[in-house]
Amino acid sequence: MRCGLCLAVCPVYRELGIEPSGPRGRVALIRAVAESKLSISKNLAQYIYTCLDCLACASVCPPGVRVNELVSRTKVQINQELPPPLLRRLALQNVLPFPERLKLFLLPFYLYQQTGLQRVVHRLKITDAVPARWRDLEYLLPPLRRKPLRDQLKEVVPAKGVRKHRVGYFLGCAQDWIFTSTALATVAVLTENSVEVVIPKEQRCCGSPHAGYGDIEQARKLAKRNIDVFASAGVELIVTDCATCGSFTKAYRDLLKDDPDYSESALAFGGRVRDIAEFLSQDINLRQDLGEVKERVTYHDPCHLARGQNVVLEPRRLLNLIPGLELVEMKEPDWCCGGAGTYLLGHYALSTRILDRKMTNVAATNADFIATGCPGCQLQLRLGVKRARLNAQVLHPIELLNRAYQLAQCRHGFSA
Amino acid sequence: MKQNLLKELQLIVGKENVLSSREDLVCYSYDAAPLLVHSLPYGVVLPSSTEEVVNLLRLAKASGIKVVPRGAGTNLSGGTIPIKGGIIIQLTRMSHILEIDSDNLTATVEPGVITSTLQSAVEQVGLFYPPDPASANVSTLGGNVAECAGGLRGLKYGTTKDYVIGLETVLPSGEVMVTGGKTIKNRAGYDLTKLMVGSEGTLGIFTKITLRLLPLPETKRTLLIMYPNFQYAAESVSDIIAHRILPATLEFLDGVTINCVEAYTHIGLPQNAQAILLIEVDGSSWDTEWEAKKVAEICSRHQPLEAKLALTPSESTSLTLARRSALASLARVRPTTILEDVTVPPSKLMEIMSKINQIAKTHNIQVGIFGHAGDGNLHPTFLTDGRDEEEMKRVEAAITEVFEVTLKLGGTISGEHGIGLTKARFLPSQVKPSGLKVMKAIKEGFDPQNILNPGKIFTEYSP
Repeated sequence: MRCGLCLAVCPVYRELGIEPSGPRGRVALIRAVAESKLSISKNLAQYIYTCLDCLACASVCPPGVRVNELVSRTKVQINQELPPPLLRRLALQNVLPFPERLKLFLLPFYLYQQTGLQRVVHRLKITDAVPARWRDLEYLLPPLRRKPLRDQLKEVVPAKGVRKHRVGYFLGCAQDWIFTSTALATVAVLTENSVEVVIPKEQRCCGSPHAGYGDIEQARKLAKRNIDVFASAGVELIVTDCATCGSFTKAYRDLLKDDPDYSESALAFGGRVRDIAEFLSQDINLRQDLGEVKERVTYHDPCHLARGQNVVLEPRRLLNLIPGLELVEMKEPDWCCGGAGTYLLGHYALSTRILDRKMTNVAATNADFIATGCPGCQLQLRLGVKRARLNAQVLHPIELLNRAYQLAQCRHGFSA
Repeated sequence: MKQNLLKELQLIVGKENVLSSREDLVCYSYDAAPLLVHSLPYGVVLPSSTEEVVNLLRLAKASGIKVVPRGAGTNLSGGTIPIKGGIIIQLTRMSHILEIDSDNLTATVEPGVITSTLQSAVEQVGLFYPPDPASANVSTLGGNVAECAGGLRGLKYGTTKDYVIGLETVLPSGEVMVTGGKTIKNRAGYDLTKLMVGSEGTLGIFTKITLRLLPLPETKRTLLIMYPNFQYAAESVSDIIAHRILPATLEFLDGVTINCVEAYTHIGLPQNAQAILLIEVDGSSWDTEWEAKKVAEICSRHQPLEAKLALTPSESTSLTLARRSALASLARVRPTTILEDVTVPPSKLMEIMSKINQIAKTHNIQVGIFGHAGDGNLHPTFLTDGRDEEEMKRVEAAITEVFEVTLKLGGTISGEHGIGLTKARFLPSQVKPSGLKVMKAIKEGFDPQNILNPGKIFTEYSP
């Protein structure tokens, strides 16, 4: 069946309007490879890699073809037959899996920001002289830290008051290095709700970036490591505030289903992972002692949360709990923002076109805050805010919830 | 030769608008038709203006290369499969709504505008473009005109042909023909505008389309009625029409489809339901209220198991879920889904239904039937496996017999999907030698070199 209904929801097809850049075309290419009518080529790889992995196609497909899985498998094939660029191979295999090396790798960027060089570059308007692509990428470089958050957090953060629950916290790379405020807010909200948080230092990248580039072996290694680490942490549930980490770790079972030693534990692991919004709304009784946050907020659905984990209502429910907060729905809230991991690096023009569609819808809400549960989306939307010259701040919904708790404490502080 | 041709194409539309890698060609070897025949074009071009289309057709005429026009490629008849090779002209880059004329109730668009994009644009100003094929969220208006697309609102509002009143068409000669205009009444010679509608890309390529619009109905009411057998449902349909009520939508699902929908969606359809009617009435709130009541009353006389009336838009959406899930639910049963679209006069609905079921039984084929009860347009959906040659032969035989009985009942082999490749060999039995002769003469008059979309509608051009 080739009805083409997927084309309607594919953000890439909707921008480019050509068949090979849409889900139906990709499936046709993949099938042609399987039938030996096409071989793996650079051109084919390019078309496969225009896929955002936003899962929109699979969600509307009448016979339920899981296009994303076909694309992932083809990426593995591409990775085996076409040697990946050296830089990417180094980054994925030799840097990202090792926190210590990542620290070294990020050092020059950190120095660029901290020595004032970045300020000089901005003041002299050097960024204006380079092509927009490089300017945007430079802007995308988030404020980095000298050390990752894991070096600062205690391995076990006790619950406030009486401990009622004990969970593991899956600290994603982005939270560890960039959006530390998200991670701190998550830990704070959890402990505020009588949850003891275990943050195993030995946990590693979830493996999603590796799988995203077809390096399935590295992804499996990381998955096994994380399964082992959390097995010895003595926790029932594992909470994450990263949509991609969440959807990827929940699917460890598929990644390791043929591994005799890990297939069972991977299945169990997946069942124990919760997105933070999911955990707070279904696994505990949330403390409702919240201060007023008088802001206009719009919520962007990350692909890997809305379609990847079917978490759509939970984040909205949390936001609606906050007194004073006005949640304004944008048009097409679950349309991909074009972030898709490193999509901007490889497909700058396309990624920003998709982003501009999103920002038109964001702008119409006139919101002060754009909340979204995925660091990848957060990065992309930050760029979008700048491109659209909006006056809005991008953050994770958990940060707004944390602010409401803090405000409530202040109130108690005054009344005490 | 091929290299030269590519260069010339690039000169006309620009290098970035010509696709010619093997990967590209594979992606233009098919459309939505469940066919195993796939055929690669030489190249794909994406023009942005009438002028570019003119130059492309002039080049085709000079070089003798075949041309297949294409929109989103969602047609179900194989109409955009390049079985004779040649170049594909995809019109998705010509996607501007040129004008919405609220004074004259018309819209003028380029052919690549997505159907639902126009629908929401005109709804913004209180106007309405009724044709709504299932692919409306991706299909292009150019494709809709070429295929004369139908949809769920046929009974009350007609199909694409009832809305096209003006066209700018590039002919195979490279000339630009302007027909019709913004007037609903237009009696200047033969009605070439209507002739072009449903011509399946064999006579010309549309570059501008003028559509008539209606005022947007103020409101609508949705009803869902379940019956223990199909006969009661069919009687209800006749009775509604006998009471001179024209619902905007009058859809049905048969027992097989209901079971598949329930298995897939678990929405709680009654287990003993063998037919469901989905009815929508629209208009002013006064009329709608009255009609909905009347329809409910009529249906209740035909022993329904259950009847539901939606009071809010969200309830109405949930009632339409069963109908909207019909194709998806059937498509998940077997690897291959063949969707037919035979159409009979509405009064013959019961008869054709039992005939189709009989035929399927004789050939031991699974078939689920849903469709547009109001206008007699059925979608018998054959559930099969394209890899099983023996079963496919039985499916073929069954479909042929379904066509035969349809014609006997005064129906047509295609209500809205068109002839294309899939039904070309059945066309003569419906239009008879005299009709076929005129159709061929028209084709030859427009396209003596047989450049445009060869192999479609008529069999003798088939391989």
